[in-house]
Amino acid sequence: MSPAILLLLALGLSLFGWLAARSRAWAFRREAPGVRLHSLPNFHGWYVALWVGVPTVIFVVLWNAISPALVTAQVLADPAAAALPTFGFERETMLAEARAVAEGSAFGVFNEQAQALVEPYRSALGFYRTIGFAVAVLIAFAGGAFAYTRLKPDFTARTRVERSVMALLLLASLVAILTTVGIIVSLVFETVRFFGMVSPIDFLFGTHWSPDPMSMGAPDGRDYGAIPLFWGTIYIGAIIAMIVAIPLGLMSAIFLTQYASNTVRKVMKPLLEILAGVPTVVYGYFAALTVAPLVRDMAHAVGISSASTESALAAGLVMGIMIIPFVSSMADDSIAAVPQALRDGSLAMGATTAETIRKVIVPAALPGIVAGVMLAISRAIGETMIVVMAAGAAANLSANPFESMTTVTFQIVAMLTGEGSFDHPATLSAFALGMVLFLVTLTLNFIALRVVKRYREAYD
Amino acid sequence: MNAEAIPTQAQAAEKPYFDAPLKMSAKNVSVFYGEKRAIDDVSIEIPQRYVTAFIGPSGCGKSTFLRTLNRMNDTIANARVEGEILLDGEDIYKSGMDVVQLRARVGMVFQKPNPFPKSIYENIAYGPKIHGITGSKAELDEIVEQSLRRAGLWDEVKDRLSDSGTALSGGQQQRLCIARAIAVDPEVILMDEPCSALDPIATARIEELIDELRARYAIVIVTHSMQQAARVSQRTAFFHLGKIVEYGKTSDIFTNPREERTKDYITGRYG
Repeated sequence: MSPAILLLLALGLSLFGWLAARSRAWAFRREAPGVRLHSLPNFHGWYVALWVGVPTVIFVVLWNAISPALVTAQVLADPAAAALPTFGFERETMLAEARAVAEGSAFGVFNEQAQALVEPYRSALGFYRTIGFAVAVLIAFAGGAFAYTRLKPDFTARTRVERSVMALLLLASLVAILTTVGIIVSLVFETVRFFGMVSPIDFLFGTHWSPDPMSMGAPDGRDYGAIPLFWGTIYIGAIIAMIVAIPLGLMSAIFLTQYASNTVRKVMKPLLEILAGVPTVVYGYFAALTVAPLVRDMAHAVGISSASTESALAAGLVMGIMIIPFVSSMADDSIAAVPQALRDGSLAMGATTAETIRKVIVPAALPGIVAGVMLAISRAIGETMIVVMAAGAAANLSANPFESMTTVTFQIVAMLTGEGSFDHPATLSAFALGMVLFLVTLTLNFIALRVVKRYREAYD
Repeated sequence: MNAEAIPTQAQAAEKPYFDAPLKMSAKNVSVFYGEKRAIDDVSIEIPQRYVTAFIGPSGCGKSTFLRTLNRMNDTIANARVEGEILLDGEDIYKSGMDVVQLRARVGMVFQKPNPFPKSIYENIAYGPKIHGITGSKAELDEIVEQSLRRAGLWDEVKDRLSDSGTALSGGQQQRLCIARAIAVDPEVILMDEPCSALDPIATARIEELIDELRARYAIVIVTHSMQQAARVSQRTAFFHLGKIVEYGKTSDIFTNPREERTKDYITGRYG
């Protein structure tokens, strides 16, 4: 009896409970026509169905987790198991083989010794399956019977069902939050391991980055200076990209909200938002194959002979383009949120549209625009594909935009997919880098949300 | 035609209801929103140094008409104005008219106080700055103080001119908006239900202020409150369904209306 069948069984019994409770509720009505039910018959149905289904499903999930251990324990108690080798790996393999044959997913054993265990396995599996099935049915009926006997015309089934719906919604929202917590915990764990090998001072303040994933023995902290990576990330994501994205995004938002006619706006806004839907890997091609050579040729044309094909400028430009929709849609929203009354007030003073935008609308919308920019920066510095394809791998600490640079995200990819073993400090450095990146983007998002919140209050 | 538009003293004397020199006049004005006609063939004369009140039930077009007087309807995409509106005899809808100049001469105060989210000082200085009325800081200070004094707000805010205008109370905000309008030294001030968002005490202050201001400006006020029209205005126009039903001295309108509809409205029969 596999868990899927048990779950189907739980569903079936729930349906049965639902139908039974519903008809019971209808019966209340027929028997005493004057009596008003507290809840609609459907709610009675759901109440019983939940009492049948939820405990059974919980049991099935738990049973699925513990029954293999019980089965193994019983098999090991069998005299045939005494002949098993004591070495862990061999032992596991044989048990697994025997189990596969017993379950019917394999037809024969490779190892003769395992054959002896097939029969005990089969009987243990059968035994626990029967128990599981019996207990599941028992729980379903017990839950159902408990709920069913509580049904009365004035039973508050609706409030109870709605409370459990609320619990379901709460669970759903917890999933995302718990995932975040899980991510942080796993990052923290590996980061602590890394900092056990390389000093945080070397990591955070060193200016030389060249971890060797093949090195033996204690790592040299001087090779783990992440400043060039932080600089590359900031230079590409927060400086070059923003020089592109802020003016273009802001200007397009101003055009769309203040000057464009409705028809133009209706066409242009979705077109602009398509930019946000382009997969970043496609931007990566664009950066590497189109923009990077163009940037290099132009640099050569103006006499900068050191320009390489993998330049910070190319990656930053394309990243800036990618970020435009984030800036412009946040700016658009916050400009649109400036009350019409302010605009009217300024126009009625004899201000032109341009003066009104410059002196009243943009200053009033500024907090929202700033928040949009911060979200865009946090998005840009976390961006990976464009820099992987266009920015290069060399950790240069330089302000020359034509030079190849690398970023935190690029190095995370490089370190985790490199050939170093998993507990090597070079590989673990990826987690420390991820941690730093996470903290920075978290801070940026946090500030952005606070700013947005404060500015919302300003008008309400 | 301009000569005709400004009535001589003799003409004014012939028309006992209009004994004051004219500031603005509208001739056969219609306003359309798309296909819908919001104002239908309205003609009115607005005298200098008087308060003219527009009253009428909701949706009768009085605010729409008010907004045509400084071309604020231009900001509405599909609004269209027909007819002629004269300011000192000059058609404000003629093709060469500069809307910026017009709005400097015909200021407006809105229904809901709408101070800019800037300091009190900056709110007042905004108009003089954009119109280049003054370049010097001292003169600007002077204008700010004078405007706030005229709006009766100076004593309350003189110690906190750098505070945000939005931090003031509703009544103070509305007086700030009036001060802001005064700061560019307009000739006409349009007020669109300026007290509808205010409590009775703040309303009383604004009404006093309006009465003081009419010594310098022609004031046009749209109001829902007939008591307010009776208290502050000398001329009243009753709007109904996009037309002016009756226009005359406020005292006549309220005590002895000529039209049956006016009488029904002011006695509260409808509206």
